[in-house]
Amino acid sequence: MGKNVLVIEDEPNIIEAISFILSRDGWSVATHSNGHDAVGVVQNAMPDLVILDVMLPGKTGYDILRELRSEDATQGLPVLMLTAKGQVKDREMAERAGASRFMTKPFSNAEVLDAVRELVTG
Amino acid sequence: MSPKHNIPFLERQSYRRRRLIDTIRMLPVMGAVLWAVPLLWRQSEDSGTVMTSDAIIYIFLVWLLMVVGGAWLSRSLKRSDAEETERER
Amino acid sequence: MGTLNILVGVCLIYVVFLFLIAFAAERAALEGKGGWLRSPLIYTLSLSIYCTAWTFYGAVGYAARSGLEYLTIYIGPSLVMIGWWWLLRKLVRIGRSQRITSIADLISSRYGKSNLLAVGVTVLAVIGTTPYIALQLQSVTVSFDVFSSAYGAELTEATQGSNALLVAAGLALFTIVFGTRNLDVNERHHGVVMAVAVEAIVKLFALLAVGIFVVWGLGGGVSETLARIDASEIGQWQMRGDRWATLIFLSGAAFLCLPRMFQVMVVENEDEDHLRTASWAFPAYLMIMSLFVVPIAVVGLDLMPAGSNPDFFVLTVPLATGNDALAMLSFIGGFSSATSMVIVAALALSTMVSNHIVMPIWLSTQSVGASVSGDVRHVVLLSRRISIGAVVFLGYLYFRLSGGGTALASIGLISFAGVAQFLPVLIGGIFWRGATRTGAFVGLTVGFLIWAYTLLLPSFGAGTLVSEAMLTEGPMGLSWLRPQAFFGITGMDPLVHAVFWSILLNTMSFFVASLVGFPSPLERLQGAQFVNVFEHSSTPQSWAGSLAQTEDLMVMAQRIIGAREAQNLFEREAKRQGMSGLLPEPSPDFLQRLERELAGSVGAATAHAMIGQIVGGASVSVEDLMAVADETAQMMEYSSKLEAKSEEQARTARQLRQANEKLTLISEQKDSFLSQVSHELRTPMTSIRAFSEILRDSDRLSEDEKIKYSSIIHDEALRLTRLLDDLLDLSVLESGRVNLNMQSGSLKGILDHAVASALTGAGADKMQVVRNAAYEEITLNTDLDRLSQVFINLIGNAQKYCDANAPKLRIEVGRSNGALVVDFIDNGSGIPKTEQAVIFEKFSRTGEQKVKGAGLGLAICREIMTRLGGAVEYLPGQGGAAFRVTLPEEVALAAQ
Repeated sequence: MGKNVLVIEDEPNIIEAISFILSRDGWSVATHSNGHDAVGVVQNAMPDLVILDVMLPGKTGYDILRELRSEDATQGLPVLMLTAKGQVKDREMAERAGASRFMTKPFSNAEVLDAVRELVTG
Repeated sequence: MSPKHNIPFLERQSYRRRRLIDTIRMLPVMGAVLWAVPLLWRQSEDSGTVMTSDAIIYIFLVWLLMVVGGAWLSRSLKRSDAEETERER
Repeated sequence: MGTLNILVGVCLIYVVFLFLIAFAAERAALEGKGGWLRSPLIYTLSLSIYCTAWTFYGAVGYAARSGLEYLTIYIGPSLVMIGWWWLLRKLVRIGRSQRITSIADLISSRYGKSNLLAVGVTVLAVIGTTPYIALQLQSVTVSFDVFSSAYGAELTEATQGSNALLVAAGLALFTIVFGTRNLDVNERHHGVVMAVAVEAIVKLFALLAVGIFVVWGLGGGVSETLARIDASEIGQWQMRGDRWATLIFLSGAAFLCLPRMFQVMVVENEDEDHLRTASWAFPAYLMIMSLFVVPIAVVGLDLMPAGSNPDFFVLTVPLATGNDALAMLSFIGGFSSATSMVIVAALALSTMVSNHIVMPIWLSTQSVGASVSGDVRHVVLLSRRISIGAVVFLGYLYFRLSGGGTALASIGLISFAGVAQFLPVLIGGIFWRGATRTGAFVGLTVGFLIWAYTLLLPSFGAGTLVSEAMLTEGPMGLSWLRPQAFFGITGMDPLVHAVFWSILLNTMSFFVASLVGFPSPLERLQGAQFVNVFEHSSTPQSWAGSLAQTEDLMVMAQRIIGAREAQNLFEREAKRQGMSGLLPEPSPDFLQRLERELAGSVGAATAHAMIGQIVGGASVSVEDLMAVADETAQMMEYSSKLEAKSEEQARTARQLRQANEKLTLISEQKDSFLSQVSHELRTPMTSIRAFSEILRDSDRLSEDEKIKYSSIIHDEALRLTRLLDDLLDLSVLESGRVNLNMQSGSLKGILDHAVASALTGAGADKMQVVRNAAYEEITLNTDLDRLSQVFINLIGNAQKYCDANAPKLRIEVGRSNGALVVDFIDNGSGIPKTEQAVIFEKFSRTGEQKVKGAGLGLAICREIMTRLGGAVEYLPGQGGAAFRVTLPEEVALAAQ
C-alpha cells in the first residue's frame, strides 16, 4: 500500500492526469474539487501529501494553505502548490503562505513525480 | 533721459488729460443750461418780449459754441492720446 | 408737363446713381480698398438719417406754425452728441465688444439674453416705426403731387397710391440688395452707409441752396430777413417752457433709442474714434440744417397765398418764383431724406424681426437641434429679406389705410415718444448693475401702455378709437384716468402730459420691479459686463464647456457664418491655443468668442441658445457665479488677468493628474488581464502536456485509455482555440475597429436560429424554451450576425448554468421607454447579488460550474450591444437568472 496523496484541483482533466501519473507510481490518490470545505477534507483524510491548486472555486489555495498551517495537526504537512499564473509575485505569495514546493502549470509529469517523492520521503 | 525724469512728466500729462476729460464731460451740461435760458424769457404780449431774431441769434450762438468747443476738446484729447502712446513706446 | 417728365427722369437717374454708389462701396470694401469708407466723415454723415423728410419738409411747416419750437428736435440730439463721453462712448463700446446687432439685441443681451424681451422690444419698435415709414412715403407722393399740380397736372388718388407703392418697392429692393448681400458677422453694410452718406450731402446741399436763395434772392440779405422775421406772425418769442424742455429731452431720447439711429450709430460703427469727430461734426450738421428753416417759413408765409400748406414751402417757394431747377433740387433733397430713412429703418427692423422672431421660431421647429439642421445661413438671409419686405409693406399699408391725411403730420413726435420708452431700460442697463429682466419687462410694458393710452389712441381723434366721453370723463367715469389729464391734473399740454407720465411711471416701475426681484446668474453676469465694459473688455463670462464637441460647433458655425469664415476662425483659435490643426479646444474663452461671432448673425439670445444646445449642461460655470458674487470689482479688475493665468495652469494640472490616474488604472488593468489570460491559456495546456507525456511515456495503455486521453487532448486544444478566438473578437470590439454589417431581418428569425444553434443537447437534457411568436414579428435593422451571437451566448449560458431539474427558458419580447427589450429568463437559482455586478467583466465566472468557459462570453455580449447602440444587463428579481437585451428605438423603428 503506497502513501496517500490528496489532489485538490477543479479542472477534471488535470485531476485525471495527476491521478494517472501518481497511481502508476504506486501512490493512492484521493481528489477534491472545491475550496469551501477543502480544509475539512484534508483534516479528515490526513494524507501524506497535498497537491493544491491556487484558483479554486469558493476559496483560494493560498487561504486554504494558511488555514492548514495555523492548525497543529497540519502544520508540517507537505503541500505542493500548482498554479497557472506564472508570475514572480505568485511564487512569493505561495512561499509566504507556507508552500513546501511551488510548480507552474503546465508541468512535466516527471517533475511532479520527482517533487512528490522528494516531499514525502525526504 | 533716465526713467526718473520721465515719471513726474508722465503724471503731469495724465493729470492734464483727466482735467481735459472733465471739461468734455462739462460741455453738454453747459449746453443744457444755456439752452434752458429761453425758459426764463418773458412771454407777455406787452413790450419787453424777446424778438424771434434775437432768439435765433442766441440759440445759434450757443450752438456754434458747442460745436467749436467740442471740436477743440476732441482734438486736444486726440493729441494727448497720441502723445501718451508715443511715450509708452 | 415737360418739366414733370424731367423730374421723373432725374429721380430715376438719382436712384440709379445711388445703386452705383452703394455697389462701388461694397466692391471697394470687398477688395479691401475701402479705407475711405471707414472715415469719421462718412460716419458723421450716416448719422444724418435722423433728418428725415419730416425734418426736411416738416421743419419749415413746424416753424410757420409754432415758431422756434422746431429747434428742440435738433437741440436734443446735439446735446446727446456733445455729451458723447457720458453715454454714447459706452454704448458703442458695448455694442462692439458684445457684437450687438440692434437695440432689441442690446436690451435682451443685457437682461440675461432673454428672447422674450427681445421680441417685446422688436414688436414695439415695429409699432413705433411703421407710421414713420408711412410718413416718408407720404412725403414723397405729396411732394410729387405738389410738383405736378404746379404744372396743372392733377394726380388722382390712385396714381398717388401707385406712386407710393413704386417708391416702397424700390426702397425694399435697395435694402434687400445692399442690406442682405452677405451675412457679415459685424453686421456692417458699406453700400448702405455710403448711399446714406451721399444722400446726407444731397439733402443738406438742397436745403442750403433753397435757404440761400430765400435769404439773398428773395429776402434781400441777412439784416433784411431778420427784420422780416420779427415783423411776421412768429416774430415774438412764444414758447411754452414745458414743451421746450420736454421736446429737447424727447428728441435726445429718441435719438438714442430709434432703431435706425442705433443701427448707424452703434452697429455700423467701424471705429470708436469716429465718435470723437462726430461728437462735434454732427451737431454742426444739424445746426446748418436748421439755420434757414425760419427764413424759408417767414418768406413762404409772406409770399404764398393764405391757406397754402407750409409743410411744402421748401418746394413751393422756388416753384412760385419760377426757379424750377432749384425746386427740382429741393425735391431730390426731400426724396433723399425719405429714402435714406426708410432704407436704414427697414434694415434695422428686419434684423430685429429676423433675429428675434423668425429665427427662434424656425429653430424651435427644427427639433433635431442646431448642429444637424439645414443651412442656417441661407435661412437667415431669406428671413431678413422677407422681413425687409414686410416692414416696408407695413409702412405702405399704414399710409393707404390712414388715407395719408393730417393724422400723419403729428406722428413724428408720437413715434419719438414711443421709442423713448426704451430709454430707462437702456440707461439703467448700462449704468446700474441692479437692473433686472423683470424690471425691464415691467417698465417697458407700463411705459408703452401709458404711451398708447395717453398719446397714440387719442391721436386718431376723439370718437375714432377713443370715445369723446372717455376723453372728457375718463374710462367708466373714472375722471382721474382721463387719457390727457391723469390724476386730475388738467391744463397740461397733451404731449408733455404723455411723455411725463409714461417716462416717469416707466422708470419707477422698472426701478421698483428690479429691486424686488432677484436676477438670474446670467443676468448679473451680463449686467456686470455692460456696466463695467471699460474695466474689463476681456470678460469673465465663460461656458462650462469642456464637454463640448468642437466638431459639432464647427458644423454649426459653418452653417451660420459661412464655411471659409468659420474655418478661418477655428484655425486662428487653434493657433492661439498653441495647437496644430483646425480644431481648437473648446475652452470657455473660445466658446465665448464664438458665441459673439454667431451673435453677429443671429442675435445674442439665439447664439447663446445654439451654443448651449451643443455644449449642454449649465450655461454658467461656478467660476462665473463666483465672479458675479464678488462685488469687490476693483480687486477683480486687478487680478483678473493673473487669475486667468493661474486658472489655466490649474486646468492643465488637473488634466495631467487625470491623465496620470487613467494611465495607472490602465496599467493595472493590463497586468490583471495578462495574468488572467495567462491562467486561461495555461490550464488547457497543462492537460494537453500531461496527457501527451502520458501517451508518449507509457507503453502499457489500453486502447480505451489511448482514445480517452487523446480526445481529452483534442478537447483541450479546441478550448484553447475558442479562447483565442474570443480574445481576438473582444479586442476588435473594444478597439472600435469592428465593421458592423447592417441588415434587415425579423427578430423571430434571429431567435429561431439562436435557439437552434445554442441548444445542442438532446432528449431529457434539452432545455425547454418558451416563446410568444406574436410579439416577435418585428423587423430589425442592425448587424444581425452580431445580435445573433449575443442571443446564442445568453441561451447557451442558460443551458450551461441553469440548475433546475426541468430547465426552462422564457424569451420575452416587449418595450420599455420606447426601446425594444428581449428578456431571457430561466428557472434556475439565478445569480447571487454579490456576483451580479461582476458577471460582465472579463474572466469572471460564477460558482461551481458544470462546464468550463473562459468567462469572456458576457464581456463580448456587452461590447457587441454597446456597438449596436443598445445594452445587455442582468435583470434581478425574476426567479431565475435573467438577462435583458435592449435595442435602441431606431433599430426597431427603421424597418417597421
